[in-house]
Amino acid sequence: MLSAEEWGIVLLSLKVGGVAVLAVLPVAFALAWLLARVRFPGKLLLDALVHLPLVVPPVVTGWMLLLAFAPAGPIGSLLERGLGTTVLFRWTGAAIAAGVMALPLMVRAIRLSLEAVDQRLEQAARSLGAGPVRTFATVTLPLALPGVLAGLVLGFARALGEFGATISFVSNVPGETQTLPLAIYSALQVPGGEGQVLRLAAVSIALAFVALLASELVARRTGRGTHVL
Amino acid sequence: MSFDIDVRRQLGETEIACRIEPGAGVTVLFGPSGAGKSSVLNMVAGLLPPDAGHIRVGGRTLFDAAAGLDLKPEARRAGYVFQEPRLFPHLRARANLLYGWRRAAAVDVDGVIALLGIAHLLDRWPRTLSGGEAKRVAIGRALLTGPDFLLLDEPLASLDRPRREEILGLLERLRDDIGLPILLVTHDRGEAERLGDRIVPFGD
Repeated sequence: MLSAEEWGIVLLSLKVGGVAVLAVLPVAFALAWLLARVRFPGKLLLDALVHLPLVVPPVVTGWMLLLAFAPAGPIGSLLERGLGTTVLFRWTGAAIAAGVMALPLMVRAIRLSLEAVDQRLEQAARSLGAGPVRTFATVTLPLALPGVLAGLVLGFARALGEFGATISFVSNVPGETQTLPLAIYSALQVPGGEGQVLRLAAVSIALAFVALLASELVARRTGRGTHVL
Repeated sequence: MSFDIDVRRQLGETEIACRIEPGAGVTVLFGPSGAGKSSVLNMVAGLLPPDAGHIRVGGRTLFDAAAGLDLKPEARRAGYVFQEPRLFPHLRARANLLYGWRRAAAVDVDGVIALLGIAHLLDRWPRTLSGGEAKRVAIGRALLTGPDFLLLDEPLASLDRPRREEILGLLERLRDDIGLPILLVTHDRGEAERLGDRIVPFGD
């Protein structure tokens, strides 16, 4: 079975991936809402910008994060002066890289689900006396929930698999930024590391599988009756 | 207590103009499909802003372009029964019925459920209801908000003959028992004549 070191790698990966998608979820939802429901100038530009991490080489994304979060960079200098901290070579940096890479997938899934919500139902809620906030909380959000969950799972899977942006942004530090893909990459470089590669790869596949199954089950439970108007 | 409506609204190529003088009872807006009758109801409900004009119901002003007054849909106290039931698919019939229930309005919940004959449907999901059942739940949902007036959009459309008779009888009871001002839209002359105290022709 897994050694203590390998368990550490798995737990670190789960922490990085979990924190990444949960932190990015509100941003992804807000962007999805803007793109699905609001008309504004520059929408196409925002759309392209959100999708950029999906098509730019991940190493380039990581390098741009490095520029932004370096001590002299625009965000890095703020963090250093404001909080006296840095995300470079830290798991928080790995989570940022994973979150940025997961963002486009999450926005896509949530946007599709928001577009699929029948706005005539929202009109009905308004005419029944519900204000915009109650309408959102009791009609829009529950109906979009399967898509939000799908976005979370997709984003989590993407975050678990993140390699290029992570390694170029926060390097490959065992115990801090060395998530599953980075550990597998390192093990591949070492003679006799095949056993570890096999075990870590098996864990990666199992995690992805469980995440998919879990999301399907939750979607079925909450999706009761949501397919028919 | 009645409708006093004079609105205009440009929708694409067509201009929708509607004028309804105050008068008692059930007002029927009668005209062919696609003439924009539903748009008039949406304007009264606050879901579609008119370009000009005014909407008053029972002496209460809901919209007045000249005065810059435009009440939000949730503040208009309209009991709007849409052409499709528009039940919330993720809520059971009971939760749908009670969605807009205003305790303050002192509506008799059990009375409405009995009037509509939907007591046996309360635990069902909307997708399992037939067209007539869903329509009755939708009417009940509108009544439980304690509305000041009712807007009915083609209440008998897409129902088979027995269901039509059932809902028609129900609407007559509503008209006679509850006494709310009703604005009803239909393209069916028989329906208009049977239910309406006043028929306002609409469109060509």
